[in-house]
Order: sequence, then C-alpha cells, then structure tokens
Amino acid sequence: MGHAHGLSPVEQRKADIGVGVKGFIILLIITFLEVAVALVGNGHIMDGVTFPKMLMIPLMIGLSLYKAYYIVGTFMHLGHETRGMAASVVLPMMLLVWGIIAFLWEGEAWRQARHDLDKHSKPATTAPSGDETSSIIKPIDQISNKIWLS
Amino acid sequence: MANETAIEVQNPDSEKNRWGGGIRPFKASYGKLMMWYFLLSDAFTFAGFLIAYGALRFSMDAWPIPDHVFSTAPFGISHAPLIFVTFMTFVLIVSSVTVLRAVQEGKLENRMGVVKWMVITIFGGAAFLGCQAWEWTNLISVEGTTIYNNPFSSSLEDGTYAKWDDMVKAAPNLVEGSTDFSVHYADGGHGSETVKYLYSPAEPNVKYYEKIDHHFFHRTGADEHGHTAGGEPFVKGDPYLIAYHDGQYIPGAYIDGAGKLKSEPMGPKAFGTLFFFITGFHGFHVFSGLVFLLIITMNTWSGFYAPRKNGHEMVEKVGLYWHFVDLVWVFVFLVFYLL
Repeated sequence: MGHAHGLSPVEQRKADIGVGVKGFIILLIITFLEVAVALVGNGHIMDGVTFPKMLMIPLMIGLSLYKAYYIVGTFMHLGHETRGMAASVVLPMMLLVWGIIAFLWEGEAWRQARHDLDKHSKPATTAPSGDETSSIIKPIDQISNKIWLS
Repeated sequence: MANETAIEVQNPDSEKNRWGGGIRPFKASYGKLMMWYFLLSDAFTFAGFLIAYGALRFSMDAWPIPDHVFSTAPFGISHAPLIFVTFMTFVLIVSSVTVLRAVQEGKLENRMGVVKWMVITIFGGAAFLGCQAWEWTNLISVEGTTIYNNPFSSSLEDGTYAKWDDMVKAAPNLVEGSTDFSVHYADGGHGSETVKYLYSPAEPNVKYYEKIDHHFFHRTGADEHGHTAGGEPFVKGDPYLIAYHDGQYIPGAYIDGAGKLKSEPMGPKAFGTLFFFITGFHGFHVFSGLVFLLIITMNTWSGFYAPRKNGHEMVEKVGLYWHFVDLVWVFVFLVFYLL
C-alpha cells in the first residue's frame, strides 16, 4: 500500500485492488469451509455422514486462527510494520494461551464439583409415580444455576 | 574524538538525537500506535468474555447445539442451520474489504475515492446490525431466549416423548390441568386452543405437557391440527427447544429408560446471558464504529484531512478499528455458531 516502490497512482491502485480482491476471496473461502465442516460434520448435508468432533474442532479453530492472522497481517497491515511494533502487539497476546488453558480447566473442575453436589441433592425432575415419597422436584440446571448465578 | 563526532552527524538515530525527540522507532505516528494499543486492550476484554463463555460451557453437562439454535432466517426460513449467520459474516467481510479500499485511496490522497468506499462500508455495517437485530428479536420474542431464561438445550439421556395416555399411565397420581393458548392460523385468523398437562398439587409449578413445538401455535394450513411429538424417541445429546408461547414455556414430558415420567429441563441460563452480552458488546462496537466512520467520512468529504498531507491517516486509524470489529467476529462466530 505504501509508496516505497515508486509506483504511479494508477499502478498503485491496481496493486491495491489486487490486495482487496485476494483478501476477500481468501476470507470468503475460509468462512465457507468452516460452515461446510460444521454442516457436513454434523450430518446436515449428507445422510449418515458425520465427522468426529475431535477432527472438526481443531479444524475450525485452525481455520479461524488463519483468518485472524490474515486480517491482522494483511488488512490491518501489521505484517508490514516494524518488527518491534508488531511484537509489542502480538507478544502480550501470548498471555491468552495460559488464560484459555487455565479457565477451561477450571470450567471442567466446576462441572465435577456440580456432580459432587448433585449427589447430595435430589435427582432431576421425575414425576412421583405413587409408590415414591419424594416430593421435592427440581430440574438439574436449577440446582446448578443456583450455585453460580445467584 | 573527531571520529565520534563524524559518526554522530552521519547517524541521526544517535543517543543524543533520540533525546531531542522527533524520531519514531516504530515508524508509526502516536495516534496510530495508540489505536493499536487500544485494540490490544480491547482484544483482552473480548478474550476475557469469550474465555468466561468457554469456562461456563465446560462446566455444564448439557449445552445448546448451535446448528439447532441458529437455524432460522427471515422470510419464514427455518431448518436452515447457520445460513443466516453465514450471510452476516459475509456482510462483515465485504465491509472489511471496502474499508481497506478506503484506506488505500486515502494513501493516494484521493478524497472522493475515500468517501465512496467509506459510504459503502457504512451501509455494510448497518446491514450487519440490522441482521443482528432480527436475530435477537427472533431469539427473544419468538423462541423465548433471554438473559435469564433459555429454552434450548441438549438431552442428557435417552428417552421417548410421551403421549397423553403414556403420561397418565406412568404417573397415575398426578392431577390434570389445562391452559388456553392463542393459535395463529395460516389464513390470518386467530383462535384459542386448550392444552392439557399433568401436575402434582405439591409442586404445581412443574407441569408435564405433551411435547409440542413452535409450529403448534403457528399453523401453516387452516385445517391443520396441532402436531405433538408424542411417541418420538430421542438419544443422549440430541438438541431440543422448549416451546414458548404467550409468555409461557411448555416443556415436553418424556419417559426415560427406566420408565419414569420426566419433564425437559430448561437449558443452561448462562447460554442466553453470554450470547446477548457478548454479541451485544460486539454489536455495540459495530455501532460505535459506524459513528466513527460517519464522522470521518464527513470530515474527509469536507476536505478537512487533505491539507495534512499524511495520506488521510485518520481513515487508516478508523480502518484499523473496523478491521478489529471483523476480527472479533471471527472468534464470536467460532465459539457461538461453529463449535
């Protein structure tokens, strides 16, 4: 985009349009790929065809990360800034690697804690069939949500 | 000594000159650099929200299935998973490319070129917000998903939706009750139909209805009767939507593997809370981006930036913000709609 190569405005505009069109096509293809993976993988397109989740999830995350890399590097031009500036933006983001691992781990621990708590509470909504004495019926999520959201 | 002085003169980036100011080690202006650092901090804000979403989702046994939740579109389209949100993503990508063109034309000092591409971008952003408004309206008023209620979930066990007779047989000591619901017919007419349920007098708020869906209240044929899913089996992990009409949720009754009558539990509340909070925060960024785009477009049009001879850097800065909004959408799209 810069004028460093001494292009005339007409040549520069032609190069600029090329960058835009290429970016548009790349982002569009990746988005369609992601949606295709989700739809085919979950069996919406072909009967009986599904992909394992352990294949779909990394694939969709990988494609999204590439999209992010392309937007930041090309559209936001960070790839053409000085190395120091790019590093000052990208390196702090590495903190998120820890953040994601730590908090998803924590979420799984909460799930385990809910199960431990549910063992001491009444079971999920079940109608009394006559021979039972239990009268307190609560949906499982009501019990769980009480812990975290109120 | 003479040698050192010579080096100082030849190298303007020497220690002495740096303290004098005017040198940009990152070769970027103050404003542009600060826009980047603002976006970095904003990225952490969004990352915090999305990580909270991940942690809460991991903490639930059941979670709504995106292909099931996001399968409606305007003009009566239903059972079209992810189609509408793919269109929204497409709109945002287009607006990201058009703002890129505006920045490029700004560098060429082509004032009216900037204005043209900025106006197209503003239309794109407005179209995205309009789509989001439709999506929210549908979720809230038609399907009943709010920040504190969520009728979408996925089943935690195998079962069969119960027909009325099966319900009575499985839980003979429950009492019969009924509610009147308004029904919309295809010919535009309205009517009222009675829907029966079972309940225990000790727990009158837990009701057992035959499983019905949205279609029950919005008939496509005038003579059509309400469809119920009674007798249809489902397996663990299957998505379901609790019918919502006249301000009431109508959970379907089912019989589990052990022959017990149960009622579909509401989905995790955190889903609605997180969805509206995070897409709302993103939508607010789109809205504020539109305001900035509008201001800078008017300034550009009036020729305000031309005398600066800095390649319309204000357009570049707002362009960075707009690309960032698209960047955040990549991850919102990933975690809410794809995973």
